[in-house]
Amino acid sequence: MHQWAAYSGWHVLCLPVAISCLFPLVWMISSSLKTQQTVFTDYSVLPAHPHFNNYLVAWTQGRFGIYFLNSLFYSAVVVVGIVSLSAITAYAFSRFSFRGSGFLYRVLLSTMLIPIPGSFVALYILLNSLHLIDTGSGGLLPRLGYVLPQINAGLPFGVFILKPFFDKIPKELEESAKVDGCGALGVFWHIMLPLARPALGVVALLTSLSAWNEFLLAYLVFSRHELMPLQRGLLAFHGTHLTDYPLLMAGMVISIVPIVVIYLVMQRNIIQGITAGALKG
Amino acid sequence: MRVNGQAIQPYLFLLPALVLFATFSVFPFYLMMETSLFQWDGVSPIRQFVGLHNYAQAILHDPVFHQSFIHGSWVTLLALTFQNALALLLAIAVNRNLPGRGIYRTIFFLPPILSEIVVGLIWFWIYDGNFGILNESLTRLGLASWARSWLADPHTALNAIAVIHMWKGFGWGFVIFLAGLQTIPDELYEAARVDGAGSWYRFWHITIPLLSPVVILVSILTILGTMQIFALIIATTGGGPGYHTEVPITRIFASMLGSSRFGYACAQGIVFGLILLVFSLLQLRLQKRTTP
Repeated sequence: MHQWAAYSGWHVLCLPVAISCLFPLVWMISSSLKTQQTVFTDYSVLPAHPHFNNYLVAWTQGRFGIYFLNSLFYSAVVVVGIVSLSAITAYAFSRFSFRGSGFLYRVLLSTMLIPIPGSFVALYILLNSLHLIDTGSGGLLPRLGYVLPQINAGLPFGVFILKPFFDKIPKELEESAKVDGCGALGVFWHIMLPLARPALGVVALLTSLSAWNEFLLAYLVFSRHELMPLQRGLLAFHGTHLTDYPLLMAGMVISIVPIVVIYLVMQRNIIQGITAGALKG
Repeated sequence: MRVNGQAIQPYLFLLPALVLFATFSVFPFYLMMETSLFQWDGVSPIRQFVGLHNYAQAILHDPVFHQSFIHGSWVTLLALTFQNALALLLAIAVNRNLPGRGIYRTIFFLPPILSEIVVGLIWFWIYDGNFGILNESLTRLGLASWARSWLADPHTALNAIAVIHMWKGFGWGFVIFLAGLQTIPDELYEAARVDGAGSWYRFWHITIPLLSPVVILVSILTILGTMQIFALIIATTGGGPGYHTEVPITRIFASMLGSSRFGYACAQGIVFGLILLVFSLLQLRLQKRTTP
């Protein structure tokens, strides 16, 4: 107890900040349990008659069920795509010396460091000419148009995390495998990938967060509700039901459950990955 | 044969990534530069070559675009000062083996993992002019005259957005500062303490100089991140009221899908990108120096 007292000055600083971090989220949950009639008059944090039915209505009539499954699907494809593609690319950069490898590596990583803020305009033109923009028919092409640029965008980060990791794995391991008759692909699959599991995990974790929260591309690509991921769906719901706050808040709670759970379980790895990405160039 | 096979192999490993990268990064980059020289509505097969006219327009004759830079810079300035000072202060607090530091860290980093859309919509509801909890709280505190439609009032909209942005962002600076603080060896503080240095002296002569590369790095990343703010604006004001919360990216978007001036949108993007380039080159330089 006296330990807390000794630090009370710092708690006076930290505690209000912590509360102001949590309050908007508490208020979101609270509002999600009120009704269209009570949400504008009942300012209690814990509503007397919590209206859990909102979640069911949001999931079905609010289409958040569809958005949720879409987000799950897109995120899974993007994460698998980034992890596998950046692993094989990082392996090539780490283990082979070939013409242009240094140049290619630098070009690839430069896209992570140098912002091209209007590049979405050109991306839109490109996706449009490849028929990968949602124009009201067909489901596969717009889904592809949403997923492929994200895999490409995550590739430099994956290579950036994985290549140094591969560099540190001793070459003797491969040599002995090659003596046993393993080809380069076999070495990659049977030796490098299992050893790189922690680094692959960091890439998967951070790319799943950014895939789940992606908005700009979804805004460009989709016009039909049945294809939209959550972030785009939330905006669409807000646009058509401007004042239906209880359902909107229920939809938002649904949308953050997976990342908050992943965050609470894996926060050490997430924070490590974020700081590594920012501090090391 | 074998020699040949080995020479080709690395390229085969790289092929899928290179195809994707060439299609979705390199080609759009070229396409953007090329399109910026044309007047084009995005659909018609005919484009009219206009040279550097789009650039002249963006740099000289687009007051709303210029205004959007001022708005972005203002939010950036607030983030650089208030947000990062708070982040640094909290990191210093938590770094002193503060009891409950794990809980604090978990809570402070919660807003950064949420999407800008979710954060924007939560605050849209908090700021609501008629029924928002902010106005209700002010009314209960006897400050009913302060109540207003925060995001619809030209006097408060931009600052209201800055508050949301800083609420979402300080936890990110906090974890980076914390990681930076943890690289400073305890022995330095011990030695200074033995020499009779007070805690204020230790802060100014050990913490600040050793942390300054991290502070500068966080500042640059704050500039780059805040200037490119977009989804948060879309979720709250959409650039309004009037043009009071327009930022560079919302303007580029408006040129593209709002008024179908694709060439102009590309030129705006390149102008904006060149300005940001100054900061990202600074960042590159700094990271090279801090990494051993």
